[in-house]
Amino acid sequence: MKVYSILRLALACLLLHTTIVLAEEAQPLEANQAIEVQVQRLSEELRCLVCQNQTLADSHADLALDLKREIREMATKGMSDKEIVDYLVERYGDFVRYRPPLKSSTVLLWVGPFGLLLAGGVGLFLQLRRRQTMTTDAPLSAEEARKVSELLDKES
Amino acid sequence: MRRFILPLVIFLVVAGFLFKGLNLDPREVPSPLVGKPAPQFSLPRLDNPETVFTPKEMLGKVWLFNVWASWCGACRDEHPLLVELAKTGFVPVYGMDYKDTREDAQQWLDQRGNPYVATAMDIDGQVGIDYGVYGVPETYVIDKKGTIAYKQIGPITEEVLRDKLIPLIKRLKAQ
Amino acid sequence: MIPEIGHFALILALLVSLVLGTLPIIGAASGNAVWMGLARPAARAQFLLIAVAFVCLAYAFAAMDYSVMYVAANSNSKLPIQFRIAAVWGGHEGSLLLWAMILSIWTVAVSLFSKHLPDDMRARILGVMGLVSVGFLLFMLMVSNPFERLIPAALDGRDLNPLLQDPGMIFHPPMLYMGYVGFSVAFAFSIAALLGGQLDAAWARWSRPWTTLAWVFLTLGIMAGSNWAYYELGWGGWWFWDAVENASFMPWLVGTALIHSLAVTEKRGSFKAWTVLLAICAFSLSLLGTFLVRSGVLTSVHAFATDPRRGLFILAFLVVVIGGSLALFAWRAPTIGRGGKFSVISRESFLLANNVLLAVAAISVLLGTLYPLFLDALGFGKISVGPPYFDSVFAPLMAPALFLMGIGPIARWKNASLPELAKRLRWAFGVSIATAIILPLLLGNLTPMIGLGLFLAVWVFATTANLVYQRLRGSDQALITRIKSTPRSWWGMVAAHLGIAVFTVGVTIVKGYESEIAVRMAPGDVAHLAGFDFTFVGVDEIQGPNYSASRGQLRVTKNGVERTVLTSEKRLYTVTNMPMTEAGISPAVIHDLYASLGEPLTDGAWSVRIYHKPMVEWIWFGCLMMGFGGILALSDRRYRIKKRSKDEALANEAVA
Repeated sequence: MKVYSILRLALACLLLHTTIVLAEEAQPLEANQAIEVQVQRLSEELRCLVCQNQTLADSHADLALDLKREIREMATKGMSDKEIVDYLVERYGDFVRYRPPLKSSTVLLWVGPFGLLLAGGVGLFLQLRRRQTMTTDAPLSAEEARKVSELLDKES
Repeated sequence: MRRFILPLVIFLVVAGFLFKGLNLDPREVPSPLVGKPAPQFSLPRLDNPETVFTPKEMLGKVWLFNVWASWCGACRDEHPLLVELAKTGFVPVYGMDYKDTREDAQQWLDQRGNPYVATAMDIDGQVGIDYGVYGVPETYVIDKKGTIAYKQIGPITEEVLRDKLIPLIKRLKAQ
Repeated sequence: MIPEIGHFALILALLVSLVLGTLPIIGAASGNAVWMGLARPAARAQFLLIAVAFVCLAYAFAAMDYSVMYVAANSNSKLPIQFRIAAVWGGHEGSLLLWAMILSIWTVAVSLFSKHLPDDMRARILGVMGLVSVGFLLFMLMVSNPFERLIPAALDGRDLNPLLQDPGMIFHPPMLYMGYVGFSVAFAFSIAALLGGQLDAAWARWSRPWTTLAWVFLTLGIMAGSNWAYYELGWGGWWFWDAVENASFMPWLVGTALIHSLAVTEKRGSFKAWTVLLAICAFSLSLLGTFLVRSGVLTSVHAFATDPRRGLFILAFLVVVIGGSLALFAWRAPTIGRGGKFSVISRESFLLANNVLLAVAAISVLLGTLYPLFLDALGFGKISVGPPYFDSVFAPLMAPALFLMGIGPIARWKNASLPELAKRLRWAFGVSIATAIILPLLLGNLTPMIGLGLFLAVWVFATTANLVYQRLRGSDQALITRIKSTPRSWWGMVAAHLGIAVFTVGVTIVKGYESEIAVRMAPGDVAHLAGFDFTFVGVDEIQGPNYSASRGQLRVTKNGVERTVLTSEKRLYTVTNMPMTEAGISPAVIHDLYASLGEPLTDGAWSVRIYHKPMVEWIWFGCLMMGFGGILALSDRRYRIKKRSKDEALANEAVA
């Protein structure tokens, strides 16, 4: 009888213990965190083809989940980012990349903003220099100045 | 002063592109696989899970490879056309049932008629990825050398069949 | 019957706007005072008529009149009343009606607060706004009629897109539209000035408060949208560079440039042509945004069902409005004077440089947004331009703009000295560099982007602090007098610039230090992130008005002390059969804890994603500060309508 109750107690402890162990630490959905980092990084750069305009990371569409699984498998095999992206581009075209590759048709896209910045900077400088050499224009014509000063309450 | 006209010119160029853009479908993504060999696979057939279908069997023939599923609404629209086409015997039509179950697929074909010589079952969508499938239905025209000659994204319509597929298949057969 | 009244009111509104768009402008050209005088009553009549139409549509929604096609397509009898009303702008037709409604509000506001404007100027301004209104009313009546009947009537509606069933839907679209339609006022002022040849400092003075007000609305509207996306889409992103977001962001960038450029034009009479061009562009980009959204030319999460006739109509309208105004600009701009002289190093130059940067940023966003379309149209195939592109291009463009923001307000007008500026700012520079290096090292992660972001944020803080200190220092007046004697518009500038700094801190810290985990959780399971313990309480099933949901709860503790409970729902909307995730968020100054319930797994467990987002709220708080700055500037006594001195009335006569 005593033995039985001790046994029962032990069993209860064991059970309790196992349930505690089972319910203690939440397990990551994917075991390998290093691979998850790579999957996440890639899926933020890739487009979910069936969605309107979403990255794979943001999408819960079926195809997006499949592609993420595919990427995870490739990552597990040790494929590099470039190899994985190439694999998908081979099948879906450049459309799948949210960061368009630099090639002749996208030169304007990548260089354009910085070219504009440069052109804007140079243009601005030349304009400012040219303005300086001009002496003809008064800041405001006398008439204008009078109107404005009447219009505006004096600042400070 | 020429520089004051510049904004107008830029706008008009952009407007020209926008006009052209109105007639383009932003959802249609051309496949990079056109002109490349059809990816190889071997998948169990719907009619007999013990046997497999592989595109290799089709070398030397021009054939249609139609990706469909019982859950796909647009497949319903194109299905009667495929049934008609198969009846004529003009070109063999093979199917791939994408992310579906055998029961649903079989029931679907029983109800609507079966245009396919054989249907390969791509239950987990793996081969679909190899073929760059992103919207079902999709249809590939594959030539005698096993190269993808054309890809139709979305349902085949009568116009597509008459103006694109049939002339193309005739030409490929003559090669 | 009610929908027919609405429809009829729209037709009448079109007739009135035709009158408003023609006679006053002709009157202004020919000096016909009676025709010019038509502008104000017409603006008011137009407002009343569109308001009637708007109320009719809202009534149809409230009364669940499913014989109206638009109502049937965008609501359902189970939809709660606040969303039934917001559903008025939940679809294509209704959002156009909101557009027209807001345009008529701005028009009537101009008609009310323009007594001091010369008659011909006022007539032209209201006339131009009337012409814009003609386009939108015509568009609605021809291809997008919200009152179209459905015969036979539907038994019930197809329900509003669940994504839109959120309090954000009530505020975000009206605010945003108030913003970009508000730029129509600055636009109309510019066109009127080009037509009348009255491009002077007074013109800048008049259009400034209107522009600032529109900018405040746009800033808050974009903020509301970003915040909405953050909690509604369920993965904690706050900006996606989606075409529609870009469509609101481009006018914001140009509008920001415009505010600064107007300041120079008013004070120094310089940059007139540039300012006019910016005013035209700000509104043109708003219209272009409307086109991009409504035509379906670009795929975007916001695109509504498309109809090619609609696209063609808006495009034609764009060509007339934008093309016409740019042609007018090309014709008239060469006659505009250059304004005051200033040296290469001066506040004018810094402001102009900032303008160039903002304009380049706006053009880059436009380029990225339209590039896939360009390539496709030229037959070069399809590409996608997304967040990775914009992130890598936008940061280097904005960095110099933020840097200049620290210098501009300190530099003198006309002629500033570089050595003097350097001397004054050397402390701010040192502090910024030191913070940018030391803080990330303390936090355990230093990357170039974090360093740059922190440097710029601290730089703006430090230089602004220096600015305030210099302003309030010295003189023998009491501090409070000095604060009061400083104009509110100046304080507005300070608040807005600090807002940018706060925003930059938020973006930098959340991008640099956010963390997340994806775990499998059964009831009782504990997950750990950023020093917090998250215990999964479990999932219960609840029933909403038009959805059923699984509601999961996570108890958050730190060192055993309970901090908060995160509640995330996985909803299934019954009519549309669409799943939606409601994230559980605990917002705080230092960080947000964010949880979203994933899918049910085996044995009662669920997949759960938990995010730690440090300082993410600073992003929206920064936007609020910018908006507040704008409101402060508007409350400056120079702009107060009530207090109109005799001088001003005199000046008006002089201008007239």
